Amino acid sequence: MEFEAVIGLEVHTQLLTESKIFCGCSTKFGAPPNHHTCPVCTGMPGSLPVLNRRVVEFALRLALAVGARINPVCVFARKHYFYPDLPKNYQISQYEAPIAEGGAIEIEVDGQRKSIGLVRIHMEEDAGKLVHDEKRPVSYVDFNRTGVPLLEIVSEPDIRSPEEAVAYLKKLRTIVRYLGICDGNMEEGSLRCDANVSVRPKGSQEFGTKVELKNMNSFRHVERALKYEIKRQIGLLLEGKEVVQETRLFDEAKGVTHSMRGKEEAHDYRYFPDPDLVPVKIDPEWIEKVRSELPELPDAKKQRFIEEYGLPTYDAEILTVSRPLAEFFEECVKLFPQPKKVSNWLMTEVLRELNREGKEIDETNLKPEHIAELLKLVEDGVVSITAAKKIFPEVYATGRNPKELVEEKGLRQESDEGALEAICREVLSENPAEVEKYKSGKKGVIGFFVGQVMKKTRGKANPKLVNQILTRLLEA
Amino acid sequence: MQRLSILEIREKLRKKEISSREITEYYLSRIEKLDPQIKAYLTVTREEALAQAQAADEKLARGEELPLLGVPLSVKDNICTKGIRTTCASRILENFVPPYDATVVERLKEAGAVILGKTNLDEFAMGSSTENSAFFPTRNPWDLERVPGGSSGGSAAAVAAELCAGSLGSDTGGSIRQPAAFCGVVGLKPTYGRVSRYGLVAFASSLDQIGPLTRTVSDAALLLQIIGGPDSRDSTCYPEAQPDYLSELEKPLPRLKLGLPKEYFGEGLSDEIRIKLEESFRELEKLGFELREVSLPHTEYAVAAYYIIAPAEASSNLARYDGVKYGLRLEGRDLLDMYKKTRSQGFGAEVKRRIMIGTYALSAGYYDAYYRKASQVRTLIARDFEEAFKEVDLILTPVTPTSAFRLGEKTQDPLQMYLSDIFTIPVNLAGLVGLSLPVGLTSENLPVGLQIIGPHFSEPLVLNLAHRLEEALSLNLNPPPE
Ligand SMILES: [Zn+2]
Repeated sequence: MEFEAVIGLEVHTQLLTESKIFCGCSTKFGAPPNHHTCPVCTGMPGSLPVLNRRVVEFALRLALAVGARINPVCVFARKHYFYPDLPKNYQISQYEAPIAEGGAIEIEVDGQRKSIGLVRIHMEEDAGKLVHDEKRPVSYVDFNRTGVPLLEIVSEPDIRSPEEAVAYLKKLRTIVRYLGICDGNMEEGSLRCDANVSVRPKGSQEFGTKVELKNMNSFRHVERALKYEIKRQIGLLLEGKEVVQETRLFDEAKGVTHSMRGKEEAHDYRYFPDPDLVPVKIDPEWIEKVRSELPELPDAKKQRFIEEYGLPTYDAEILTVSRPLAEFFEECVKLFPQPKKVSNWLMTEVLRELNREGKEIDETNLKPEHIAELLKLVEDGVVSITAAKKIFPEVYATGRNPKELVEEKGLRQESDEGALEAICREVLSENPAEVEKYKSGKKGVIGFFVGQVMKKTRGKANPKLVNQILTRLLEA
Repeated sequence: MQRLSILEIREKLRKKEISSREITEYYLSRIEKLDPQIKAYLTVTREEALAQAQAADEKLARGEELPLLGVPLSVKDNICTKGIRTTCASRILENFVPPYDATVVERLKEAGAVILGKTNLDEFAMGSSTENSAFFPTRNPWDLERVPGGSSGGSAAAVAAELCAGSLGSDTGGSIRQPAAFCGVVGLKPTYGRVSRYGLVAFASSLDQIGPLTRTVSDAALLLQIIGGPDSRDSTCYPEAQPDYLSELEKPLPRLKLGLPKEYFGEGLSDEIRIKLEESFRELEKLGFELREVSLPHTEYAVAAYYIIAPAEASSNLARYDGVKYGLRLEGRDLLDMYKKTRSQGFGAEVKRRIMIGTYALSAGYYDAYYRKASQVRTLIARDFEEAFKEVDLILTPVTPTSAFRLGEKTQDPLQMYLSDIFTIPVNLAGLVGLSLPVGLTSENLPVGLQIIGPHFSEPLVLNLAHRLEEALSLNLNPPPE
């Protein structure tokens, strides 16, 4: 029997607002423990939450970008569970009336396009962090993260494979980055993913028993965890056993999932509308204002790159994954209007450096002027493409002017016709046998002469010019 | 010294007939002498009060005019005071010292008030007799064998026994008005949203409201003026500025229509209370107001709805007391054991009862039958009032079915205790204004209160009518000499 997986993802994105969702504390990462706290975010008796309207605006951006329905009135609800990183022992979240419902995210896997539906988008507050003492059986709580705003994005169970799951996550990350609402860093936890997974015989319309998967903090972990879990569930069914409804954790070291808690131990969150917060009214003017400020989204940008710059789909796809990269590309093209040449350079030399460092292009010293100048130097024959590639890492690392580096390293190509002609004559007179061969019709031997000239000039000669001179001398 | 209202004290201070230090020492000496019997205070902040009085005297000497400059007041101990422990009369917060002032306390301080201390209450404001205080019950100054009411029993007793010039309480289902009635003082529960709740330790957030307990209606108007108004720290606080209540009191009243809801005058209302209320109704008619019967048909469901909604919110609000961050912690084998020990020993019986009721009411599978249903009933009760206010301007009812009961009389029967708030609870459910005005004494020499209920933000009208009746009755109620 053939099986198929049914996967739904719950993604939490940490929002890039200056202050927390219900108090004025900073959301900055990396402060000493409990530095960014106040009576509100530490749940002091008598403190009250006040909504940061910026969070609503960020949520609206995402809702509009994925075509979700925005509820005219949304309500915050309390979600209860006891844990020391949750100072009030309830999390302020949304339940019955989230900010947005529906919408979809388009993905592409192996050239197949597919639309993954969304159930809802809602706003909530993050919890703190426990720090365990390594020497004593003691734990400490750091409330810096408590109250940092999150958006939870819940997909429909439309995903059928780990590859689709990763494509969905990557696309969602691209979108939130484009919108400037989340940095999308999975390793640092600003984008977190839980999955609901079940399997069923292919073609069946019914859902199997679902398992909730947690603790997958990279795209690779998501893929590995899902692959393992799908295999595990199919294995159980083939053995005639049943899948148990439970929550399982991914063990990245062993590459397996194991049970965290069963259905019986599942929390009863006792949701109810938070009486400390008034319902949030979202009027059409607010929505229109946010819509008018939305940036061009990745799919639209990709299409435009194909049409406007004549780029291949592949190039357009890669260049538009990151908004800063796409914008960088456009800046380069303004300065050096040969899109494909710019694209080639970005997709090879630039991406190599970025991937090596795990950086976005706007986090580096590299400027569009650098790329344009380098390409211009090659175009004008001032440097060889090899030499340009040789100096690029230094331009990238230091942000120094490429022309200066070319001079400093003596990489300028020899383009003085008189000097080159002298060298060419020298080479010809040193190799009379090869000259004979040429004259007898073996024109291919010219490559040998070019090589010799390059050797004598230690690679600095402009090969195009050398070729011209040699041809002229030999044909004379 | 003769018993003085806040306005009288303010006048004497401004005329330099007394100093703030003298009046503060006067109250402190009364507290020292009388509070060992009455037990209205959980914390007396003698040193801080004297320092505030001295600062006030310096300002008075410079001719500064602040609305409460040098006036000694007290604050219920569920309202946060920076640097002064705020216990909610609970073991779990016995050692809790807030790092901040509640908005109302901040405003009292800005207005120049002297704060004498923190008054007793039923633990977390859950109760109607102040017997649920984890530390000790407060006694009624009119009869030390009787309760002062609750949960703001400490505040009401302190005002009645002249242990402060006025006090702030909180009212979730009658916790200002019922003790005010039992102790013969004025108690005002403002419209929900009129006064910021920031710094009021939450019991039931959608019902809680801070308000004054005072000797006179004018004093209540003055205190509301200081503590009320918009506050950006409380999203449920009404954003519009307040009218000037004291000048509103002077405005002549038209021939108001006053409604007497028939559901409030049926069985269960003691004859003595009925007689006193009828006397005050005749007085109002003499003043030219028109009294007529109205109906609030869903009244009988109010207590049931309240005892779902309030415990549900309480179970959530009180979840934070877990031994992790502040207050009591009892060590356990593990985290769960620590939680259990801390909460079992930190909370009293009534608080635990309400946490359990509330937890149950919010549980999956029961939410619709309890919490959602209670919320619907709440809407119906609010609608009853809306309908009635189309016919009448204000509504008059008893505050309590009986006068102050004896200590221990109802502690074994929670339901009987809950029913003592039957006339005050609907006002909280509908978010309305409710004022308790003393209108006489029973044959046992116990105070009787009349409740004036008004629509949202009708404080000027409610205070004005109360002020007229207060003048007409001119009772000047004083507990028996100590
Ligand atoms: Zn904070």
